Amino acid sequence: MNTTELHARREKLAREFQAILPAESVLYQTEDLRVYECDALSAYRRLPLLAVLPDTIDQVQQVMRLCRRLSLPVVARGAGTGLSAGALPDTQGVLLGLAKFDRILEIDANKRIARVQPGVRNLAISEAVSDLGLYYAPDPSSQIACTIGGNVAENSGGVHCLKYGLTVHNIQQLQVVTIDGDLLTIGGPGPDTPGYDLLALFTGSEGLLGVIVEVTVKLLPKPESARLLLAAFDQVEKAGNAVAAIIASGIVPAGLEMMDQMAIRAAEDFVHAGYPRDAAAILLCELDGTEAEVDAHLETVRRVLTEAGATGLRCAESAEQRRRMWQGRKAAFPAVGRISPDYYCMDGTIPRRCLPEVLREIARLSSEYGLPVANVFHAGDGNLHPLILYDANKPGELERTEEMGGRILELCVSVGGTITGEHGVGLEKINQMCVQFNAAELAQFHAVKSAFDPDGLLNPGKAIPELHRCAELGAMHVHQGRLPFPGLERF
Amino acid sequence: MDHSVVLQEQVKAALGAGTPLVITGNCTKEFYGHRVQGRRLETTVHTGVVDYDPSELVVTVRAGTPLVQLEQLLDENGQMLAFEPSSFGGRASVGGTIACNVSGPRRMVLGAARDFVLGCRVINGNGELLHFGGKVIKNVAGYDVSRLMTGAQGTLGLLLEVSLKVLPKPEAEMTLAYEMGVEESITMLHRWLQQPYPLSASCFDERTLWIRLSGSSAALAHTHRRLGGQAVSDSEAFWRCLNDKQHEFFGDTGPLWRLSLPSDCKPLALPGKWLYEWNGALRWLRSTASADAVRRQVEAVAGHAMYYRGDRQRIDTVLHPLDPRLVPIHRRLKQAFDPERIFNPGRLYPDL
Ligand SMILES: Cc1cc2nc3c(=O)[nH]c(=O)nc-3n(C[C@H](O)[C@H](O)[C@H](O)COP(=O)(O)OP(=O)(O)OC[C@H]3O[C@@H](n4cnc5c(N)ncnc54)[C@H](O)[C@@H]3O)c2cc1C
Repeated sequence: MNTTELHARREKLAREFQAILPAESVLYQTEDLRVYECDALSAYRRLPLLAVLPDTIDQVQQVMRLCRRLSLPVVARGAGTGLSAGALPDTQGVLLGLAKFDRILEIDANKRIARVQPGVRNLAISEAVSDLGLYYAPDPSSQIACTIGGNVAENSGGVHCLKYGLTVHNIQQLQVVTIDGDLLTIGGPGPDTPGYDLLALFTGSEGLLGVIVEVTVKLLPKPESARLLLAAFDQVEKAGNAVAAIIASGIVPAGLEMMDQMAIRAAEDFVHAGYPRDAAAILLCELDGTEAEVDAHLETVRRVLTEAGATGLRCAESAEQRRRMWQGRKAAFPAVGRISPDYYCMDGTIPRRCLPEVLREIARLSSEYGLPVANVFHAGDGNLHPLILYDANKPGELERTEEMGGRILELCVSVGGTITGEHGVGLEKINQMCVQFNAAELAQFHAVKSAFDPDGLLNPGKAIPELHRCAELGAMHVHQGRLPFPGLERF
Repeated sequence: MDHSVVLQEQVKAALGAGTPLVITGNCTKEFYGHRVQGRRLETTVHTGVVDYDPSELVVTVRAGTPLVQLEQLLDENGQMLAFEPSSFGGRASVGGTIACNVSGPRRMVLGAARDFVLGCRVINGNGELLHFGGKVIKNVAGYDVSRLMTGAQGTLGLLLEVSLKVLPKPEAEMTLAYEMGVEESITMLHRWLQQPYPLSASCFDERTLWIRLSGSSAALAHTHRRLGGQAVSDSEAFWRCLNDKQHEFFGDTGPLWRLSLPSDCKPLALPGKWLYEWNGALRWLRSTASADAVRRQVEAVAGHAMYYRGDRQRIDTVLHPLDPRLVPIHRRLKQAFDPERIFNPGRLYPDL
């Protein structure tokens, strides 16, 4: 399609949508569509045919009915902070922006819930209920920007999910609009619902099953006390063993994070969190609960860390110091962004006991590919975020980075882990899905998808690879994570 | 012992012959659904712990393994299944527990069985052996089939193996009792729940409220001073007895309803005897009220009611009728996993 034809097509479609939406809610000029061309994984970019920004559920229903009738793909979008190109538009489809759904509809302190629209930002919920002594537990590092709808679609986690769970553990009800335009209530205000657990199925479904138009989240009372310990180590391995030792002592910390030297230095230079620049690795261990409990646990954890060979141990002495120490961790991605023109964030999860082995192999890959890696790690739950540093302006470097990233994910699968702990598959990890799942399993996923969206209009091409795609890549999973054709173009 | 191959052959044979299968562990929860006609498929041969490393907080276990055996292993390592499932007199299997999403007193604080399921191996209705989720705590690759299987009562496939997140056992526990009525109990509990007290269970009837505290001894002593209340002598026995339906309330043989409701809703206007758990969100009702009357009341507060025990002739469906808007999706999901309807057909609802 040439530019003139494309523009004509856009204008024609825009008229269809303008019949059901206010004119300003339908965008079809190239410059207006630019904002939506990528999510936070900006290596992937493309423009949708048009973007719509409804602000009532009724409008969403009408948009879906129209898309179904015209067989137009629909890609839902929250804040676009996703890291797997999940919200990447479809060039032949509609981008459905939920930014206007930004109202908190109800806060019920007695029930400890908040009913919110999907475009409400994660942090805005905790801020709104803070005066009541409550908060919403899952706290992705992107929480200032990302939306609760996106969180549900990705089953997002945060630094506190070892103790408080992921999004799936902290929501109780959704309102969703199906591709047919029907509005469904999934889950409910009671502890369970009759029939299948559709709430769990929807959580993490990456916009492939329906559009989330309302979320009821569970709130928790703020802990009476929270203390943050920082431990420095001269070897990454010792830090890894310390993590296992803390868990073995019978304590579940509220947060347990690890950073390696490159990540420590980048974060320290960026936010001056007070991290020891010469440490090979640091652990951040947060303990929360009642005053008495935290004091007791603090003592135990100090002892465990010392026995594990910590070379330095510091406890935040004030709320401000604690906030700053966390800030270093939460700003780790942008911090790494400052020391390299580009970085590529991986998201594999591994059994914790395999950490030393996996980190060694990542270091080896790093030298094989000549690409530095900074490691940020949700150590408590085994979720690794190796950040590969590269320069997209150097010819071939992005491709090498992606290939190396693929090898890291395959490594995670080969030790019994997964290719994605919290960022989702999106378009990015679609090939690695062929490594983690066999044809029958993928076919089962497609059957689930068809139960909701028989024509495959919702976020097509994401999350679950077509079987022929995997076949073309070769039966990758039988090779224990070794790609049969390392030279094969990845995307 | 690993019997997955044998089980798979039995499923394929059933598929070939077109005979439905009744998935059977130790038959402790037959009453959770409707009686199914078909050949029994015994899971109790497929037993054993496949992988357990306490410092990973994950255990992988075959479905036929007796629940008590798993719990004993965890206990020896200072850990537990945090959803506190009843063992139904020591006879429940792990598979049945997960298939029915059985959850006990700790549910309102730490979560239900579904919250701790990380992965599973299943045989679907095409006779294929599939693996979903994994042995790690965070995993968002693919749809969450493992949690979908939880509570599906085997209608979507045969569970062969599950990976569960486990937690350390609390250092100490204590149970406190208060003399108060139902409405006051609901009010008090909801006031306390907005504070960070280490509450791990609650139960009340028209005269008494019992709460359980779990945590470090220091935290328990401190909370006891703040909340007052009479310490109950054998805390563990109290909750075990409640969880296993050995509490005198359950002694009767008449109709028993299990109501799942918003925790803070007012006592419902239904005649009968009541016992409350899960901060008021789980309500047991011994009543001869008609199914219609019970369902009308719970629907008014967006809850649901299961006909837990009693004469099955009296009712059309054990589980609460589904929201009609969700029926087509349930049918299509059944079709997606079990197109020939060989697994427990009709156990949940006639067309699933
Ligand atoms: C600096 C940085 C740090 C991050 N840290 C974390 C972290 O700690 N933990 C973590 O889990 N993630 C993290 N992320 C990833 C990202 O923020 C999360 O995935 C987040 O949940 C995405 O929300 P969003 O609103 O931006 O969604 P988008 O990126 O807009 O969309 C994400 C996916 O959800 C779908 N979607 C969005 N809204 C809806 C809806 N209403 N209905 C149906 N589908 C919908 C989209 O189609 C897409 O597939 C980080 C990202 C960045 C940039």
